[in-house]
Amino acid sequence: MKQLLTGNEAAAEAAIYAGCRYYYGYPITPQNELINYMSFRMPQVKGTFIQAESEIAAINMVYGSAAAGGRSMTSSSSPGISLKQEGISYLAGSELPCVIVNIQRGGPGLGDISASQADYFQSVKGGGHGDYHVIVLAPSSVQEMADLVYDAFDLADKYRNPVLILGDAQIGQLMEPVEFKKEFKENLPPKDWALTGAKNRNKRVIKSFYPVKGELEVFNAKLQSKYKEIENNEIRYEAVNIHKADVILVAYGTSARICKEVVRKSNHLKFRIGLIRPITLWPFPTEFIRNMSERARCMLTVEMSAGQMVEDVRLAVEGRCPVHFYGRTGGGVPTSLEIVKKIVEIMPKNKAAKTLLQFAGVK
Amino acid sequence: MTEKIILAGFGGQGMMLLGKLLAQAAMADSLYVTYFPSYGTEVRGGTAVYHLVISSEEIFSPLIEEADTLIVMNQPSYQKYKEMIKPDGLLLLNTSMIKFDYLPDVKIYTIPATEIASNLGNVLVSNIVMLGAYLTIKNLFSTENILEQLKISLSGRKKDLLDINKQALERGMQAINSLTV
Amino acid sequence: MQAIYEKPETFIDTPTHFCPGCGHGIVLRLIAEIIDAWGIRDKTIGLAPVGCSVLAYNYLDIDMCEAAHGRPPAVATGIKRVHPDHFVFAYQGDGDLAAIGMAEIIHAANRGEHITFIFVNNAIYGMTNGQMAPTTLLGQKSATTLTGRNPLNDGYPIRVCELLSVLEGSSYIERVSISSPENIRKTKKAIEKGFKTQKEKRGFSLIEILSPCPIYWRMDPNESMKYIDEKMTQTFPLGIIKNWKQEE
Repeated sequence: MKQLLTGNEAAAEAAIYAGCRYYYGYPITPQNELINYMSFRMPQVKGTFIQAESEIAAINMVYGSAAAGGRSMTSSSSPGISLKQEGISYLAGSELPCVIVNIQRGGPGLGDISASQADYFQSVKGGGHGDYHVIVLAPSSVQEMADLVYDAFDLADKYRNPVLILGDAQIGQLMEPVEFKKEFKENLPPKDWALTGAKNRNKRVIKSFYPVKGELEVFNAKLQSKYKEIENNEIRYEAVNIHKADVILVAYGTSARICKEVVRKSNHLKFRIGLIRPITLWPFPTEFIRNMSERARCMLTVEMSAGQMVEDVRLAVEGRCPVHFYGRTGGGVPTSLEIVKKIVEIMPKNKAAKTLLQFAGVK
Repeated sequence: MTEKIILAGFGGQGMMLLGKLLAQAAMADSLYVTYFPSYGTEVRGGTAVYHLVISSEEIFSPLIEEADTLIVMNQPSYQKYKEMIKPDGLLLLNTSMIKFDYLPDVKIYTIPATEIASNLGNVLVSNIVMLGAYLTIKNLFSTENILEQLKISLSGRKKDLLDINKQALERGMQAINSLTV
Repeated sequence: MQAIYEKPETFIDTPTHFCPGCGHGIVLRLIAEIIDAWGIRDKTIGLAPVGCSVLAYNYLDIDMCEAAHGRPPAVATGIKRVHPDHFVFAYQGDGDLAAIGMAEIIHAANRGEHITFIFVNNAIYGMTNGQMAPTTLLGQKSATTLTGRNPLNDGYPIRVCELLSVLEGSSYIERVSISSPENIRKTKKAIEKGFKTQKEKRGFSLIEILSPCPIYWRMDPNESMKYIDEKMTQTFPLGIIKNWKQEE
């Protein structure tokens, strides 16, 4: 049955479906619907809900429950996620599975409460200290929020690694019909590394401290080979109108929705626009973007930031075609008309591109 | 079919519920729908604006750049959002709280929603009066569908409010005035 | 021949990294003795913080979890909520618990978490070479208070037990020391009471243990024990500060 839910509520309910029974959070706009939902929903399924004293305490409670074998989750918005970075580094270093939801808002500093995609670097390049990665999933609809949060718990357990859901104020507060189609998980298999009390077995230790010279390098090599495996297995993206496209847009989440509008507008034109929408931001669909860049005249990355993901697109393309950028910051959301104008601007000699403007309603 | 509606009023005038009832009705009719609330930092009294898109095809951006319909409850919202109506678009306004101009290329419908609601005995149902008016103009959903959504929203402790909401809906359907037709 | 003392089974037979005269080894041994005596090795989970006590997981033969600096109360909360019938204890030093982790310990106490906190107060940051701790005594010299702790610049030593005792969620709070065999026996009794508090689900328990750091106090081990009795207890008086039931 379909329900009309906000992205925040859908994320919470999907976590319950995935067997998450430990949620720790701290209020911050625009993710409040999530913590509010968990506060009444967790007791209904005999789970734990704690409104923590701080973002730092919340992520460390997640660390504790993850170490003890429970599926656990926290959520916040940009400034709160910054506070959690120490904990995320420890989770990665102790190889603990968990899910963290970031409903991004404008920054830097206190910024504002409207939608933004300016935490891309923080999400995919580490965020905290040390050589580590979290798996980053970027939903662009409420249904996809539900589906990705559900999958996130399996991915986290499979690789013993934190998974970050990177949404924004729009996806968090947008209401759309959503359906929970997958299994309602309750009894999950035990984890052979979790702290459960050393009954008839050797003791287990969860830690990220390797003070003996050489041990930490060995451990880092192990982490890197795990990341390689994730890169080999888990890349997800959506490609729209990609074949024979003159211009390929690259965008994720909310920006990608607007780009789809542009793609639709160009559907009946000779001048073709395609879209690559990375769903996993780490691991990034580098190879696919590289292959597509051989065919397109150019690429245009659209973000609600001053230009972050565009760096990864350029690293993927390695000069095979020009990579342009259009972005809005500080709560600004690009419009389809702005994107069309940008396409015309970057292809001044292309007459066909100008026909786009008519379809976008500009005389 | 695509209908892009901007709903705006003071926080507390029930625009959230008005849009939600329409969104749920669209969902019940298996249409695509996106409903995006855009809050200010004020919890009460600020301008609350909602973007509602209903369509028979997939909806990409939930943010409305040009509205087919603007439903406004108060003066500041009218001033702020009237420019967003597309040519030949529809404006539905609450004359109890808005002084308006004759906008060219816009179909204007008026209704004294606050007055009607207070005459019914509860000023809080002015949003449902507006809903009734909108249904008469656009006729997107059956009355049965809307009543069903009202019932779902007014379950439990709010059950007693169902009657007055039904009356508000009916009054809105009857009392709508068109200035251009 | 009769054995009058044996190494507890839960205490792993390995050299520790602790300095000569350090109190950590004594406290960890007491915990191991209690786990043995109660037969709860298979349902006890311990937390090691950041600081000198971080390697506690190398010495205790039980499931253990490391926590970031100051965060053991939050991590322990997460563990206890998954295993509500297990014994969960956090082993924390003064910098960990009373400086960087003050918010976490206050809120764990306030929620009345059924966790036992073993708070080893040696009034110094040992692992980082002897800087001032939140519990450093007035006038006490350290790497960052070369002429002694001055309240005008450095504030006052924090009495954690007294501070936590005013919270309704805390149940059992006692301050002990390990300056003599008699005091060590009292310390063991206090830790046992902490575990009992947890077993009977009576809420938050914390045992503050005054413990020597001869290296950074610049004393020999004997002098450091005397320093606890004569100086530290002036600022940190021993005794039960809060109790859910008077001892019979």
